[in-house]
Amino acid sequence: MANLLEVNNLSVYYGVIQALKGISFHVDKGEIVALIGANGAGKTTTLHTLSGLIKADSGSILYQGKELTKIPNHKIVSLGMAQVPEGRRVFAEMTVLQNLKMGAYTRNDKAEFESTLEMIYKRFPRLEERKSQFAGTLSGGEQQMLAMGRALMSHPDIILMDEPSMGLSPIFVNEIFSIIEDVNKDGVTVLLVEQNAKKALSIANRAYVLETGSIVKEGRGIDLLNDEEIKKAYLG
Amino acid sequence: MSFLTYLINGLSLGSIYAIIALGYTMVYGIAKMLNFAHGDFIMVGCYIIFSVSAALSGNPIIGILIAIVLCTLLGITTEFVAYRPLRGAASPLAVLITAIGVSYLLENVALLIFGADIKSFTSVVKWEGITLFDGQLKIQGVTIVTIVVSIVILIVLQLFINKTKQGQAMLAASEDKGAAALMGINVNRTIMLTFAIGSALAAIAGALLCSAYPSLSPYTGAMPGIKAFVAAVLGGIGSIPGAMIGGLVLGIVEILSKTYISSQLSDAIVFGILVIVLLVKPTGILGKKIQEKV
Repeated sequence: MANLLEVNNLSVYYGVIQALKGISFHVDKGEIVALIGANGAGKTTTLHTLSGLIKADSGSILYQGKELTKIPNHKIVSLGMAQVPEGRRVFAEMTVLQNLKMGAYTRNDKAEFESTLEMIYKRFPRLEERKSQFAGTLSGGEQQMLAMGRALMSHPDIILMDEPSMGLSPIFVNEIFSIIEDVNKDGVTVLLVEQNAKKALSIANRAYVLETGSIVKEGRGIDLLNDEEIKKAYLG
Repeated sequence: MSFLTYLINGLSLGSIYAIIALGYTMVYGIAKMLNFAHGDFIMVGCYIIFSVSAALSGNPIIGILIAIVLCTLLGITTEFVAYRPLRGAASPLAVLITAIGVSYLLENVALLIFGADIKSFTSVVKWEGITLFDGQLKIQGVTIVTIVVSIVILIVLQLFINKTKQGQAMLAASEDKGAAALMGINVNRTIMLTFAIGSALAAIAGALLCSAYPSLSPYTGAMPGIKAFVAAVLGGIGSIPGAMIGGLVLGIVEILSKTYISSQLSDAIVFGILVIVLLVKPTGILGKKIQEKV
């Protein structure tokens, strides 16, 4: 299977602090890959660098053969890479529908927009019920659904998800994870960053463990789930 | 009846403040900076209209159009050269100080080109106006045109922001630049567009201001600029309807206090209101409470 995304020796500095110390990993087409690790390990930094919100200091990000570090951030989504950012970051003062329209900002086909919207509403019926409500008035779980729907509106080949379960009630956490699996079954590759390592490893094909800016372990999700060290450090 | 006249004059002056305040508030909303040079764009617009009218000695519409185009270009250039490199600077004060520097630069360049003497500006509105109630109420043409223009601007802006993709992108970028970039929005270009709109509005405000108060000097834009800033804060900085309301309130208060209290004290009253509003409601009349949901 071809590598959809290949990250080589990626380094990022915040001032003098090195947040990513030359990490390398890859994501194959159709996979769910999880990046797990503690707070401050560099998980969000990794995703932000992939999406171009943070500039890489060295290393390469090859996505479908294109070098992303040389592409301005607003052009990345139209290459087929969308992100559901940490903390959802929905546009609180815009309605649910306006948020979804922003998700389709790079798509110019009206008919395609309508059919995608219908698909999103089918997947997240709650969003249709609340389409004219301001996003800021939604509950945390609904905002997470909106953030996912918004990312899916761009027809991504790969979706980067940053802590989708953060701050959600256990019921919503289960719902969100089953939606991630559904989205993946529909052919969207998923790169998932999670502190909830147990949940993430249970749905991931493969996973990488990030510790203070370096990848310290990698393997199949199910193997890592049964790894004694991982159990001790991340699964409590 | 004279009260009505003053009220209408206040509404007209307030409309000018409102148009200037729209530029302040839109730029603040998206770039999170106070463009203290904004008032001086008005002055630049006025000198352009003044010069073009003198050269062509004809229809002021051409002068206004040229002023709009040149002010827009000036706004875009200022943003690109002076403000953009400082975006994301360690201190937000850097860009604020730069804006004050741009303000002095524009005033002194005008001083250099046109001199310090006050030029008499010919109104761009030739219409005399209307007389109502058997001559008891006379409303000048420029007063009516100013009010109508500001209403049209507000409607067009609201339509642009709520109905067009670019307008929605502007709204999204003013809320969260990172998330907007993730949607594929070119945030830098969107900020540039906002500066362009604000500067074009400043040129229009200049034409109206100098038509109502026809003396033009390099410092013509400074005081209206500050007052429009007060109007924007009063209405709730970042809010477009807020800028409109803030501008109108300010204009009416200024004219009424000039008439009924004291023309010397009117500015003190205007700024006093700002102090009181900020004490009672720090976010301004329509300002939103800033809260972050985790």
